[in-house]
Amino acid sequence: MPLVELRDIHKVYHLGGEEIRALDGVSLDINEGDFCSIIGPSGSGKSTLMHILGCLDSPTSGTLKLDGMEIQNATPRQLATIRNQKIGFVFQFFNLLPKLNVLQNVELPMVYSGLGGRERRERAMEALRHVELENRSKHRPSQLSGGQQQRVAIARALVNNPRIIFADEPTGNLDSHTGELILDMFRGFHREGRTIILVTHDPEIAALTSHKIEIRDGKIAANLDRTLAGLDRPIPAAV
Amino acid sequence: MNLVNVILTGLREVWAHKFRSLLTMLGIILGVSSLVAMSALVKGMEVGMKSALAEMGGLEKIRVESQLELPLHQRHLQDRVRGVTMKDVTALRAGAPLVHTVTPSVDVGGWGSRTVVEYRGKRARPYLFSGTWPEALEINEHEIAHGRMFNHYDDELARNVCVIGTGIRDELFGEPDTPEDGVVPIGESITINGQPFVVIGMFRHYESEEYRKRRQARLAAIARGEQPPSMGRDHFVYRLKNRTIYIPLSAMLLNFRTGSGVNAAADAQLSTLYMKIPDIALLEPALQQVRNVLMVNHAGLEDFSFRTDEDWANEISTTIRNYRMSGSIIAAICLIVGGIGIANIMLASISERVREIGIRKSVGATTLDVFVQILVESVVLTMLGGLAGLAVSFGLVVIVGNFSPEESVPMVTMGALLIAFGASALVGLIAGIVPAIKASKLHPIQALKYD
Ligand SMILES: Nc1ncnc2c1ncn2[C@@H]1O[C@H](COP(=O)(O)OP(=O)(O)O)[C@@H](O)[C@H]1O
Ligand SMILES: [Mg+2]
Repeated sequence: MPLVELRDIHKVYHLGGEEIRALDGVSLDINEGDFCSIIGPSGSGKSTLMHILGCLDSPTSGTLKLDGMEIQNATPRQLATIRNQKIGFVFQFFNLLPKLNVLQNVELPMVYSGLGGRERRERAMEALRHVELENRSKHRPSQLSGGQQQRVAIARALVNNPRIIFADEPTGNLDSHTGELILDMFRGFHREGRTIILVTHDPEIAALTSHKIEIRDGKIAANLDRTLAGLDRPIPAAV
Repeated sequence: MNLVNVILTGLREVWAHKFRSLLTMLGIILGVSSLVAMSALVKGMEVGMKSALAEMGGLEKIRVESQLELPLHQRHLQDRVRGVTMKDVTALRAGAPLVHTVTPSVDVGGWGSRTVVEYRGKRARPYLFSGTWPEALEINEHEIAHGRMFNHYDDELARNVCVIGTGIRDELFGEPDTPEDGVVPIGESITINGQPFVVIGMFRHYESEEYRKRRQARLAAIARGEQPPSMGRDHFVYRLKNRTIYIPLSAMLLNFRTGSGVNAAADAQLSTLYMKIPDIALLEPALQQVRNVLMVNHAGLEDFSFRTDEDWANEISTTIRNYRMSGSIIAAICLIVGGIGIANIMLASISERVREIGIRKSVGATTLDVFVQILVESVVLTMLGGLAGLAVSFGLVVIVGNFSPEESVPMVTMGALLIAFGASALVGLIAGIVPAIKASKLHPIQALKYD
């Protein structure tokens, strides 16, 4: 059974009498352990799709099953728990809280899962070690470079040990070298067995993932799953 | 999210906008401090007024005064008016068991009296100059500090002896630094309206607790060589008692009434009859009993009137209630205005913090988490304001104390502090509700897209 099952999802925005079909009948499955890339031109609906997958937004119509749970029937409280426990989200614009230091930012999901202070700190430091930022734990986000901020965001996404990590153009705001480092990190997480869904507009990056979804005008234009096609092969290390 | 975390988050938020928070809190600071100061002021007044009431004999004391103007329905009997006399004393002692210590008094004095006391060229005017019985001591809450009170022999022999208060002593014999160390003029001969009297006793010095403290503070300041603070005057009741002169009733009649009555005999009309009841609860029946006895004795003529301090006590309660009411209204207005300010700032800060709320929701904050966070932030803000207000209130109390009537020095009570602080928390709670609802309703993705 796939980890994510999306069926006939529509998302319609109304903007001054005009109807914008950001998603227009999207159906797809994502399996556990997938490294899935979503690619498509700007405005094609990638972020909208990610937000719906990440339970941050709800579709106009269609169903989403995540880890066996029917999301469209979930209460706001259950959605909050899913976002907290099952999903880690990495945004293009980092979205760290500027008034909190790095450690406190990473602790934030655990604050909402009700963990005690000591355990929070230990796990947050562990996650920071994972992204090699443990020596910056007392810094404010504004004192870090973009790449470092994104690594903090990644640590925050990882810290509650989620089933899936969503990353919406995580390298979009970084220079290519830093972006490469971040991507390497995601590859590492994939090797550790995590499910990763990554939005990118870079075909080269997409080409390296096991499952590649191309989206155009809110519709799925191509859906290439190498594992199903028998094309599965080890993902090459960083170029 | 546990409460400690929420509170810490709230404190951090307040701290992040120190100046704005302070401005926002001003209304609360003002409200809380004015609440405390008002209640301290009113409390001080209440204590001052009540102790003055007790100093005058309290509610157990009944006075019957001669009423020389008859009520309208008895106006045609005006020529029979005699007022209260010694006959009433005898009748009440025999026929009104609910009252005790019936004491006659002929008073010369009060405002505008021309009574003059002299000693070697120094003059003093008593506030109260009474010819009475030794029982007056007990009934009017006097205490002899030096010498003795005159007794019934002195009265029977109509001896020209007197007992004076320290205020009279101060004017005739000089005022000491502390009233206790003054001259004790026992045995000295003074004249009252030209008649010679020997001082045989002096009352203790009467003053309110507050005035005593003020006097000691003044002495301490003088001892330190500082400019001594001004003293003001003590409550009227204490000054009245210090400027009282008592002489035996018969001496009063003989010296100052002879010649005014028929055939040069002493006019036996009394100014006042004092008496006491054993218990406040018996006030009504005791008054009725006294009234019955007097009515019989006066053949139905209502040439007397009752005075109790119940009216005074009621007046105190009403005054205090009014002050408390207006004080509370002022403080409540401050708190409401402060609350509106808080609500306003919180609402504005929600618009600034849409992104923060979106981020929190995206990592798992529930609607309730966000609601509680904003609400707690508001309460933290007002409670900090409340604490600051409490601190400010102590200063305010000192300032207000300088303007308040002399006899009532403000008293800060624990209850007032708690109520004021509680009110600040309540204001925060109420003011935070709308902003908290607004924040908690934000949709995570709309919040995140917000620029
Ligand atoms: N809140 C919104 N209101 C109206 N239109 C929106 C809103 N969010 C996204 N859209 C529109 O939906 C389409 C898809 O947007 P998006 O998912 O952000 O594209 P992508 O991430 O692929 O660039 C775009 O045409 C965008 O203008
Ligand atoms: Mg996008």
